[in-house]
Amino acid sequence: MTFSPQLEERFAKMLTHYPPGKTRSAVVPMLIYAQDETGAITPELIEEVAKRCGVEPLQVDEVVGYYSMLHRKPQGKYHVQVCTNISCLLTGGEELYEHAKKKLGIGHKETTPDGLFSLEEVECMGACSWAPAVEINYDFHHFVTTEQLDKLIDDLRKAH
Amino acid sequence: MAKKLFNEPSPLETRILSKRFELDGSETLEVYLANGGFAAFKKAKEMTREQVLEEVKTSALRGRGGAGFPTGLKWSFVPHTSPKPKVIVVNADESEPGTCKDRLLMEYDPHQLIEGILIASLVVDAHVGYIYIRGEYRYLIDKMDRAIAEAYAKGYLGKNIAGTGWDFDLYTHSGAGAYECGEETALLDSLEGKRGVPRMKPPFPAVAGAWALPTLLNNVETYSAVPAIIRDGGKAFADLGVPKAGGTRLVCISGHVNKPGVYELPLGYPMMKAINEIAGGIPGGKKLKAVVPGGSSCPILKADECDINMDYDSLAKIGSMLGSGGMVVLDETTDMVKFALRIMRFYAHESCGWCIPCREGTTWLKKILERFNAGHGRHEDIALLGEVSKNMLGRTFCALGDAAAMPTISIVEKFAEDFEKRLARQLVAV
Amino acid sequence: MAEMVKLTINGREIAAEKGTLLIEAARQNGIEIPSFCYYEGLTLQAACRMCLVEVEKTPKLQVGCTLPVAEGMVVHTESDVVKQSRKGMLELLLTNHPLDCPVCDKGGECELQDMVFRYGAGESRFMERKVHTPEKQWSPVVFYDAPRCILCYRCVRVCDEGMGVKALGIGNRGVIAEIVPNEKDHLNCDECGACIDICPVGALTSGTYRYQTRPWEMEHVGTICTHCADGCRTTLGVRNGKIIRGNNRDRSGINGEFLCVKGRYAFDFVEHAERLQSPMLRSGGAFEPISWTQALEIAAQKFSAAKSFGVIGSNHTTNEENYFLAKMARQGLKTENIDHHRTGDLAALFDALSGRNGALATAADLYNAKAILVAGADLSQQHPFLAYQARANFRHHAAHLYTVTAGPVREDHQAVASVRVEKGGEIAGVESLRDKLKAESELVIVFGDAVQGDAVRKLVAFGDSLGIPVKYVCLVDYSNSRGAFDMGLTPKNGGMPLDQMLGADLDVLWLVGANPLKNASMTPKKFVVVQDLFMTETAKQADLVLPAASAYEKSGTVTSGTGEVQKLKRAVKVMGTKTDLEIMGLIAKEMKLDLGIWLPEKVFDEIRSNVHGYNVSKALLDLGPAATAPLNGRVPQLPGVIRSSNDTLFTSGSLTKYSKMLNEVMESPGTLYGATK
Repeated sequence: MTFSPQLEERFAKMLTHYPPGKTRSAVVPMLIYAQDETGAITPELIEEVAKRCGVEPLQVDEVVGYYSMLHRKPQGKYHVQVCTNISCLLTGGEELYEHAKKKLGIGHKETTPDGLFSLEEVECMGACSWAPAVEINYDFHHFVTTEQLDKLIDDLRKAH
Repeated sequence: MAKKLFNEPSPLETRILSKRFELDGSETLEVYLANGGFAAFKKAKEMTREQVLEEVKTSALRGRGGAGFPTGLKWSFVPHTSPKPKVIVVNADESEPGTCKDRLLMEYDPHQLIEGILIASLVVDAHVGYIYIRGEYRYLIDKMDRAIAEAYAKGYLGKNIAGTGWDFDLYTHSGAGAYECGEETALLDSLEGKRGVPRMKPPFPAVAGAWALPTLLNNVETYSAVPAIIRDGGKAFADLGVPKAGGTRLVCISGHVNKPGVYELPLGYPMMKAINEIAGGIPGGKKLKAVVPGGSSCPILKADECDINMDYDSLAKIGSMLGSGGMVVLDETTDMVKFALRIMRFYAHESCGWCIPCREGTTWLKKILERFNAGHGRHEDIALLGEVSKNMLGRTFCALGDAAAMPTISIVEKFAEDFEKRLARQLVAV
Repeated sequence: MAEMVKLTINGREIAAEKGTLLIEAARQNGIEIPSFCYYEGLTLQAACRMCLVEVEKTPKLQVGCTLPVAEGMVVHTESDVVKQSRKGMLELLLTNHPLDCPVCDKGGECELQDMVFRYGAGESRFMERKVHTPEKQWSPVVFYDAPRCILCYRCVRVCDEGMGVKALGIGNRGVIAEIVPNEKDHLNCDECGACIDICPVGALTSGTYRYQTRPWEMEHVGTICTHCADGCRTTLGVRNGKIIRGNNRDRSGINGEFLCVKGRYAFDFVEHAERLQSPMLRSGGAFEPISWTQALEIAAQKFSAAKSFGVIGSNHTTNEENYFLAKMARQGLKTENIDHHRTGDLAALFDALSGRNGALATAADLYNAKAILVAGADLSQQHPFLAYQARANFRHHAAHLYTVTAGPVREDHQAVASVRVEKGGEIAGVESLRDKLKAESELVIVFGDAVQGDAVRKLVAFGDSLGIPVKYVCLVDYSNSRGAFDMGLTPKNGGMPLDQMLGADLDVLWLVGANPLKNASMTPKKFVVVQDLFMTETAKQADLVLPAASAYEKSGTVTSGTGEVQKLKRAVKVMGTKTDLEIMGLIAKEMKLDLGIWLPEKVFDEIRSNVHGYNVSKALLDLGPAATAPLNGRVPQLPGVIRSSNDTLFTSGSLTKYSKMLNEVMESPGTLYGATK
């Protein structure tokens, strides 16, 4: 299994960041960067990361099961993450999430049939003072209103 | 014109760590150097290791991640003469609900963080460091990577830093979604490529941390405070705050306030002044109901407990904690059943599952609250919530169990009325 | 002597070695601190929180399984707060436990049941929906029911630390965390079942035992595994004359709790449909069943009339049977043509070591020695218990391991140095480690059949030249190869060895529990008598076949490869069979030979007085293993072939094909010198 040249370069460097013989340390970052490119963590990807980091596939599998950002099934091209944790809850995060469900016609951890959007109700993502917050893929959006969310989604749909 | 920040600064702030935030290009090395950057490192390099450590001790800086452990003392635990390589780790896994300050420190002043790390490396004799950044902050990993690359390019990282003969390598390391990795030993396991499960202590990370090497582990804000301490002296920093807790800290005010935002305030700042004068008070003229003083793990304060100064001792006196600086303001309309449920949903989701009381307790509490919130509460549930929490408190493997139990105990004790009201409504509905 | 500290537990002052864990110090003094995750010999977890106790001058309850005792410590293990904590912990633990005890295999011997009975509450305050996931089958042997699992991680640790396999991990997190197998939905492992036995609850259950019985309905018979020479004790659970399970949870025997797939599951050959249950006489091209009376008469008549004899004994019959067979052959049949399938060169080793004491290593030595060298054997495949001992020695005492083998072996992972050699190049390989070995303070050398004859002498000379104490293990196969050798089933007085007997023109060839024709051919004999469990390749060429009882159907003693004499205890009886000892005795009686009483106890008395090194205490033997003293003095070299059967974890010579379990788990067959982990 190979990745894009940029990612291959990143991984090659990454493996040298840790003390000698400690390539296992690259497991978590390697998984998340690879997932961004492959869309999901497949058994082949687990084997590949295990091989590159010099561990058993089971050890990688244990890690995949643990971290909430690692997914075994592909997500939408745009992964819409709506925070409803306390600061967002107090400022309309729940309503925003309910609105997103209706707008996209999908629920928690579901993907639209066209594969364009997936939705996830997420835990605190560090935007409490600018709540409610939404993160689409890795882009933060602050003080989000339902209208703004509609626009964000519509724009992404149009751009596609 | 100054650039637009996430929120308007307040004139009442004491801006030490955040003083460069508004400068155009504040994230660049050029602007950092033009504004006094790396002078502290060079100064520290001229001092003895003991002198630097002494300044940090004098500053009364305490860990900004939430536990508030005296930083100088923590640094002194690292066996700097050990023949093993020493490691510096930066906890940038900011994920305590209510907390969003490390983002700004990395986004607006990454070189301040790098300089802080370098000064720490002199004290513990480390030559390598890792910034463990939560996976959700990918854009910040990219920003830190750019800042690090720039520092390498201009000789502020790598070999013979700024001609001082000091070598140091620094890398970012991405997390992948786990609150538990904010716990320092779980973070170390995650850094080693494992599930983020906390470790048994002892050994403490200072002695055997990452890869069993002596490891200094601090929060982003803690390291970021160090250049100012060395530059202006520990005493100057200490004087900003209160005895045993020096300096300023970034307070993240969120929830029901007119001007939510991250504000840099000296330790011991009056809480009500922060809410009313800095954060602009509660919208709609509503009354204050409660405050989460320092992230969701802290016991909640009732409105009448909020006339208090924000420092460790004052909060400890009333049975709460200063925590991570995440202050969440709740107005009178807030439904505490729903609030308690949302907190517990979080802890149940984030419990790593290693030990029985946390794994089973958080989910049990969540289910009781879900049922209660759905209108199927029983009177005995109110006491049960407290009792189950107390069966977790102080008995779990790491602090996550306490973090889940403490707010719940405080909410059912201080806001039992909200629960009673729900029960009354249920009876009417029947 | 280690430094001692004094501490007080529940008002009683006790002394314990400094550094001892509180839970252990308490146990040593008869004070129980409950735990699930703490397990002697495995790494610490501090996960179950059952061992929380009150230690004066500490603010919180302390974890008994990770807290080292200290001078002046004052501990309370039964205070109100401790009791309340345990009760609370069990209540939490039961919130998602299905409480399906009435249908759970573990019911009646479940640690969770016992713990709730002792420390728990009779009522639960939990009224929510429990987390549920369906049960999974991971292999023919291993089933996993996640809802019952309490996540004590014993299984994960015993598989990694104990077996060196690492086939189990932890998946998901929080309340849905569960144990996961290494191949996504199934296991690729030794199938040893250690994970099942160590599970304190019914989360891991075994394919052979599940839903068969309630534990209290079984009779538990401790006997010795018949499959390899390591001498593991297996406690057979018997109900209504049927063996239902094998384990060794009572830790009797030299193996503690250890058993491999064969010791735990490969008892099923006993009731295989092809088991011989009647004597068979060749009549034309086919066999016809005959009565025992007829069979014994025919055997006696043929034996009495014979002028030339060949007697081939077994490496898995008892010492008593082997002794009696050798005696009957020499004294009754007047022949020296006696042999058995020899799998290791014991003769060469004993001779090379003659005149010295304490040079033969026991199984315990492999756990205690500072250094171990394995030459010409895939220990984990061929001698799983000895491999386990060495692995435990590495983990607990940081023993230095060395391997000199024809290919990768699991021990390489713990080894200080590994040398790859062609078969026959072992001595040169060992020689290349000279400098390293010389620096050790003591050494155990374990060698397989690749080292025989002159090579054994060279190996001992090499050991002598190191200038450190060296002990040896000559690896042999099957449960009583060592005993067969010691009892004299060898062509030592000029008789023909096994291969020669097969090729010779003999009046009678008598084979007791041996199947040499599995891999060889035979020139025709006038009359061939075979005693065995099955219609083996050899039995098929016999004139008379006598159905014999297996090791699990008889009493007597066997000697492990490392010299421990242990008792067999009959677990079941298979209709129509007789023990080999009884068959031999009855033939002798029929022939009117006076060879003494053929009761195992009586024959053992004879062995004790006549066989060098076997004068072991009978009382000691009743309790467990008794060490033999090795032969001492010149041992004549024997003609014939020495060849290991090269069994793996999943094979057991001729018995392999009659164990359904061994055949089912061969999805990942053991391969010699193919270790990947």
